[in-house]
Amino acid sequence: MQNLYLLVPLAPLIGALIAGLFGRFIGPVWSHRTTILLVFISLLASIFILQDVLEGNIYNGSVYTWLVTGDTRFEIGFLIDQLSATMMVVVSLVSLMVHIYTIGYMHDDPGYQRFFSYISLFTFSMMMLVMSNNFLQLFFGWEAVGLVSYLLIGFWYTRPTAIYANMKAFLVNRVGDFGFLLGIALVLMYFGTLDYAAVFTQAPEIVDEKIELVPGITWLVITLICILLFIGAMGKSAQFPLHVWLPDSMEGPTPISALIHAATMVTAGIFMVARMSPLFELSETALSVILIIGGITTFFMALVAVVQNDIKRVVAYSTLSQLGYMTVALGASAYSAAIFHLMTHAFFKAVLFLGAGSVIIAMHHEQNMQKMGGLKSYMPITYWTMFIAALASAGVPGFSGFFSKDAIIEAVYFANIPGAGFAYFCVLTTVFITALYTFRLIFMTFHGQGRMDVHTKSHLHESPWVVTLPLVILAIPTIAAGWFIGPIVFGDYFNNVIYVMPQHDALEKLGAEFTGIGGMMVHALSTAPFWLSVAGIFTAWYLYNARTDIPGKIKARCGPLYNLLDRKYYIDELYSWLFAGGTRALGTMLWKYGDIKVIDGFFVNGVARVVALTAAVVRRYQTGYIYHYAFTMIVGVFVILTLWLY
Amino acid sequence: MSFDFPLLSLIIWLPIVFGIVVFATGNDRNSQLARWISLVGSVLGLLVAIPLYTNFDATTGTMQFIENHVWFERFNVNYHLGVDGISMPLILLNCFITPLVIVAGWEVIKERVSQYMGAFLIMSGIVNGVFASLDAILFYVFWEASLIPMFLIIGIWGGPNRVYAAIKFFLYTLLGSLLMLIAFIYLYLTSGGSFSIEDYHKLPIPLTPQILIFVAFLLAFAVKVPMWPVHTWLPDAHVEAPTGGSVVLAAILLKLGGYGFLRFSLPITPDASHYLATMMIVLSLIAVVYIGLIALMQVDMKKLIAYSSVAHMGFVTLGFFLLNAYGIEGAMVQMISHGFISGAMFLCVGVLYDRLHSRQIADYGGVVNKMPIFAAFFMLFAMANAGLPGTSGFVGEFMVIMSAMKVNFWYAFLAATTLIFGAAYTLWMYKRVIFGTIASPAVEGLKDISKREFVLLAILAISVLWIGVYPYPLTEVMHTTVDQLLAHVSNSKL
Repeated sequence: MQNLYLLVPLAPLIGALIAGLFGRFIGPVWSHRTTILLVFISLLASIFILQDVLEGNIYNGSVYTWLVTGDTRFEIGFLIDQLSATMMVVVSLVSLMVHIYTIGYMHDDPGYQRFFSYISLFTFSMMMLVMSNNFLQLFFGWEAVGLVSYLLIGFWYTRPTAIYANMKAFLVNRVGDFGFLLGIALVLMYFGTLDYAAVFTQAPEIVDEKIELVPGITWLVITLICILLFIGAMGKSAQFPLHVWLPDSMEGPTPISALIHAATMVTAGIFMVARMSPLFELSETALSVILIIGGITTFFMALVAVVQNDIKRVVAYSTLSQLGYMTVALGASAYSAAIFHLMTHAFFKAVLFLGAGSVIIAMHHEQNMQKMGGLKSYMPITYWTMFIAALASAGVPGFSGFFSKDAIIEAVYFANIPGAGFAYFCVLTTVFITALYTFRLIFMTFHGQGRMDVHTKSHLHESPWVVTLPLVILAIPTIAAGWFIGPIVFGDYFNNVIYVMPQHDALEKLGAEFTGIGGMMVHALSTAPFWLSVAGIFTAWYLYNARTDIPGKIKARCGPLYNLLDRKYYIDELYSWLFAGGTRALGTMLWKYGDIKVIDGFFVNGVARVVALTAAVVRRYQTGYIYHYAFTMIVGVFVILTLWLY
Repeated sequence: MSFDFPLLSLIIWLPIVFGIVVFATGNDRNSQLARWISLVGSVLGLLVAIPLYTNFDATTGTMQFIENHVWFERFNVNYHLGVDGISMPLILLNCFITPLVIVAGWEVIKERVSQYMGAFLIMSGIVNGVFASLDAILFYVFWEASLIPMFLIIGIWGGPNRVYAAIKFFLYTLLGSLLMLIAFIYLYLTSGGSFSIEDYHKLPIPLTPQILIFVAFLLAFAVKVPMWPVHTWLPDAHVEAPTGGSVVLAAILLKLGGYGFLRFSLPITPDASHYLATMMIVLSLIAVVYIGLIALMQVDMKKLIAYSSVAHMGFVTLGFFLLNAYGIEGAMVQMISHGFISGAMFLCVGVLYDRLHSRQIADYGGVVNKMPIFAAFFMLFAMANAGLPGTSGFVGEFMVIMSAMKVNFWYAFLAATTLIFGAAYTLWMYKRVIFGTIASPAVEGLKDISKREFVLLAILAISVLWIGVYPYPLTEVMHTTVDQLLAHVSNSKL
């Protein structure tokens, strides 16, 4: 079995190395065949492992010793349980679909092999992240997926916006990692190990430990650890205020927007917090912070999505908002609901992104929805799969997103942690906004009159099968994944993995009322989220299909509000002035004054100048005239004799 | 263990003898011969160092491969050599870097080839001597001698402002070392006439003299490392030095300072080390933060990498004075790793400089379009420089940050800012140089790396990845020695 575990990450790594190092020799076709085959092997192994785990075979063991220092061993190892096995299947499935899709999307790109190498490398890194049994390897995977994200956002390296976006993504993530690494350091300091199992068993022992960071202000160590770890999650999972990199990451090719910036990598933060539930449960303050951050992200990012016209940016902001939902669920101690939403979101968001990519191919790389419309009749498969995904995203009963989102909203309702009221308001109102922006996208893109130019219109056609096949395959779980809510969220699926304190256990109450998915759907008809969702879809239909003149008027009336949303609350401007500009100014100041003026100018060259000056004075005495020297000597002899004699 | 063959002498003198032979090939008519002799000499130098590793006993912290002969009987100066887990990896690093430097200068250096190559070989032997000396005077002789080849390399094969840079380098480091000599003489007198470094380790010294000795050592080693605020010679020296000079300077010569702290400051003056640890930590953290910010604003690639070297070496001194096993081993790993990474970074800049004769970031842009293989290597090294896990750059920084957390949260906090600054200055430079559209006709004419350059960068790439993925064997050899050193340092000598 251990060999099978190794196979899951190593197969894509081998694929990445083959396509990356030898891609130019084996050519594009063999590059994609090799990588796809190896990712497929990884998927099969993951499914087999999941089945094995469901039979109760949980594995926790090390592969090799990375380092020994002091009295600590740092191991590279695997923890295979329900949580990691589920993630492995989701990651490898979406990754395989994206690999296939890429054949169509990137077919005439000169960097074809490089692209396959990167996405396989990504699959490897993500697997190392989710399969890890310790914080160190988690951090390895964490940074490695960040690296691949960096490489892929900047894939089209001649575009100024792309190479700006990828640097921004990396640096913003590094700010998160800064907190994350400090959190890991604290864990190591207090527990003396980075092994999950050991840390989690010892965690209750340090509940009362305090640390004084600033004289007079003491923190609970566990709160500090959790908040620092969560800062890492905020970077990777793009939570306010570290969300700014994700919308810009859309500069990368669409397949990776689906794979990395929607389905898998950005959910790493959610996964991490769920994995750390035995730590987070011990700190109510940290859970409160998570709830509030998640609430802000859910609500405010959804609003931005409503005014975006770039099809990918709508989906990107929708991703931010959905990640907010997951974060809120974590804060409400509904970890399994968060993971369940992570899973359903991975499927429906992948469909939305890949569908958007299919539209972009048909539109000759036009991404502005104002120049689209009426695509439904040209691209029926893309349309119907995206429509299903939109229903799932809007939370229409029966579709996957409904179950996961409803569970989150209900769980927040029952949560009693400070901040839950605010978070509940955010997640509830956002249901309406989500339905609105998702169906705005559908109506603007697929319905109504075509607004593209004649040339584009004459070439409109459905995308090739390599593009539509992944859409269709992913549409199946988009519908059906939600049906497993019973065992996964309310049942004992995650029982050994996720730890929830009894007083936080909102899902327990929900589970007691749960009578099956049919009952859940019927019950939903009498609750607010359902009607908010219907209202959202209706509003979208009314504004963007029936009365397309109204949005313009609203925009004209609410100028400042529209601008605020259109400029994304001016956060980018603020950051680039404050952080980028401030750092550069400080750097210049230290360099020009500290190094050049003070250290070199005053001290180093100052010493040299003093020496030179002294030498210039002393040199006068070396006249070269014998009688000067003779005179000096005589004077000297007199002085010495005088001193000696008396 | 017993090992009768004078291996250390061979490791020291073989490159020096080859260097002298290379000098003998004379002027540039025989330059090809000079190159080949140098390559053979440097590779042999590496090969003879291999038994040092294979026969090394990692279970003991005492000196191994000892050679001890009388040199000046009157002053009790001995030709006393030996290595432990601290010096052995540094000798290997030096022997490993030398052939790379020879190959790096292969086609690039066209004038006075024999003298250039010979200087590097002789320096290699001298540096091995520094790391292997167990006698203070022998150490001092090697230490000062190592200045001469580098002074010549910068002064003769350097850039336009080479004379200023060479003299700055020479005076800075010479002034630093003079006080060290005085400290040795003091120790000679108080120890009753011994120059043996191991005797000094055992010598009880009151606190005030300990502090004075510590300060005398500090000046010598801080300049070499270099620590803030005595770092300003380094950017100038790097900018003017030829590529090979920069590689050796960053990869090897800076390590002499770090080694000095471990061999002299900590064990000879442990109480002063404890007493002044906070000051050392603060200076190191200033190096990490202040220098990181300065590096961000550099417009010259070599200056940028030079400043980043100072920041990374800040981790070395930080690790030493946190005075725990994580810190010291982390600092050791950081020294080795920095040898690979900074060497590779300077080689990468050299590759560009050889083609365009400019080090200015602004003169480049879109290099990846013309040099994709080079861009891939440079990416790897840039990421290693930014401390990405999986590369050697991460290991040392990680260990030192973990160590800092044990001492004080804010130390770790400030040290960890390198995650942000290190990525910022490295990737911003990478973006401006490598990415983008082709910036100028000169860039348009660039050719991707030759086989020679490929081999060089590939060897370094493998090293960087190897230490990143599996640092265990590296730390294993230093483990016992470091534990013993820590135990020694925790005992007062008052």
